[in-house]
Amino acid sequence: MDRALFPDGVERCSFGKFALWMGFVTAFFLFGLYAMILIFAKGIVVTGLDNYFGFGLWITFDLAVIALGAGAFFTGFLKYILKIDQLKNIINLTVIIGFICYSGAMLVLTMDIGQPIRAWFGYWHPNVHSMLTEVIFCITCYCLVLIIEYVPLILEQKQLNKIPFLHHLAHNMHVNMALFAGIGAFLSTFHQGSLGGMYGVLMGRPYAFREGFFIWPWTFFLFVLSAVGSGPIFTVLCCTLMEKMTGRKLVDFKTKALMGKIAGTMLTVYIFFKILDTWAWANNFLPSVGMTFDQMFYGIIYGKWLMFTEIILCGLVPAIMLITPSIRNNPTLLYTAGILDCIGVTLNRYLFTVQAIAIPVMPFDSWQFYYPNWTEWSTCGMIVAYGVIVMSLSYRYLPVFPQERALNK
Amino acid sequence: MKAKEFNIKWGMVIDLDKCTGCGACMTACQVENNIAPMVDASNKLRTLSWMLVYELSNKKAAPDAEIAYLPRPCMQCGNPTCVPVCPVIATDKNEEGGIVSQIYPRCIGCRYCMAACPYHARYFNWEDPIFPKGMEKTLSPNTSVRPRGVVEKCNFCHTRLMKAKDKARQEGGNPEALADGAYMPACAEVCPTGAISFGDIKNPEHKVHELAKGENAYRLLEKLGLAPQVYYVSKREWVRKLGDNYAATGKAGAEKKHS
Repeated sequence: MDRALFPDGVERCSFGKFALWMGFVTAFFLFGLYAMILIFAKGIVVTGLDNYFGFGLWITFDLAVIALGAGAFFTGFLKYILKIDQLKNIINLTVIIGFICYSGAMLVLTMDIGQPIRAWFGYWHPNVHSMLTEVIFCITCYCLVLIIEYVPLILEQKQLNKIPFLHHLAHNMHVNMALFAGIGAFLSTFHQGSLGGMYGVLMGRPYAFREGFFIWPWTFFLFVLSAVGSGPIFTVLCCTLMEKMTGRKLVDFKTKALMGKIAGTMLTVYIFFKILDTWAWANNFLPSVGMTFDQMFYGIIYGKWLMFTEIILCGLVPAIMLITPSIRNNPTLLYTAGILDCIGVTLNRYLFTVQAIAIPVMPFDSWQFYYPNWTEWSTCGMIVAYGVIVMSLSYRYLPVFPQERALNK
Repeated sequence: MKAKEFNIKWGMVIDLDKCTGCGACMTACQVENNIAPMVDASNKLRTLSWMLVYELSNKKAAPDAEIAYLPRPCMQCGNPTCVPVCPVIATDKNEEGGIVSQIYPRCIGCRYCMAACPYHARYFNWEDPIFPKGMEKTLSPNTSVRPRGVVEKCNFCHTRLMKAKDKARQEGGNPEALADGAYMPACAEVCPTGAISFGDIKNPEHKVHELAKGENAYRLLEKLGLAPQVYYVSKREWVRKLGDNYAATGKAGAEKKHS
């Protein structure tokens, strides 16, 4: 019934099946929406956060999706600035994932702050010394860039594209896309870094504090590297999941392997510096404030296994897998490395967010535990559902994958 | 990083050997600063206690077991970690005396400052402040009540500083050179054992000037480099050792390496 809206020459499932799928995802969305309304009405007292854990699941989720959404800016940079033409096969998908990740993260932030109505104060009363100010500026500006990058794709929808004005608008936006890719790369690099800088400047939190270069703590650079080391492969994983769900080939494996190579190269650089940084932190910084590596961990829930999983199993291992051509060119191993990589960066963001503030710094203080409650989980679920809805609609009605027709002949 | 210095340095010296842990300072703080009672205060990680008394233990079995009590206001750090992180300048250290301000109508409630403070001196307003019927008549007219969703903390009863300055002006004195005791936060005033002393640490005429220099005086977590304006005093070594982390070297006074 909506066949006229499909991109040229591709097959899509029946409208009934699509409606059923959308209904299923919308149920999760509505459940999260209910929690969001509750949060706006009653305040974040309904969450599991407290005075010890001012940051929790939401900030972890935000940081993780922003890192995983880094595929958009980095692929854009490689495609439009460094002219790696093969990436045109997946660039649209990276833009959509980036847009979902950033807009979703911004929505979570409005819930997270105690006074959502004052969210604009970040622009009106900016503290130029705060890494968070930089994050606020860059995330919102970059989200606008992503919208600008997403709009021409929407305008290329078969029916919309028949309108001459929209057709020309989309064409001209494409022509100038290198400019936006450049702006996006600049903005995104800085706020990925500033998210790391946010933790690195915390003098009172030995787990997170780092010295650095000029005004930027080492975490600034590590967060940029880990984002570009995981974002591209996250796009590949999303693409593969869509292929499994729809039963259609969307991007050729050569492009996916190239994305894996890009992510793997950056991940290797990252993990090299991350290991150096961790070594210096444990042997130099921690003793300087009278603490030991052992004091940074506690029991199972805050155990050392988390850090080792992050750095070795989900850092070093996927880095080696992704830079080794014979492993990378095997689809199963590529996806396995990708999954490990994404878990690693998420774990890294979790540790810097929750572990860093759970550690009792005052010797007479004690470890506390944080359990996100249903309002936090369901609102994160709402963002995921929102992403799935946007992606489903984009896949069904927009020409996202330029190779799709040829690959499914 | 260098601590921010002013001509006046309002500071507190708390003698932990005199503190009995009675909690009068906490109560006085709550009353002075119009902190609303919570409907359910069972979750102590959600309560508002600008001044909080910690119990310290030497972790020894009887008859060697000893305890001490440590009142913890905001440290008004000379090099505050909470100030530079605030995205909207809702907190600053920019006034003579060095008190770290908190501007409630400016705060967006992002809680970054809370994540930054290792002393847990900052508190979030989880609920609307609701005072039981009749209690509103007991509210202090000097202190504003904070709305839900903003961060708040001890400010050394800043309104008392304003009043002391006004009084000095009215009496023809110099508001920038208040006499010892002319300005006292509620906790210091109410402490029944006189454990909390307060004044200008830089002014030799103020008692705290000498107390802060005493051989048994120390500050919490000095190695982090935050330069608190609150000092503690105890003759007991195990109490002093609980003021900082020595696990790395096993002995007090490890060199601070980072800036």
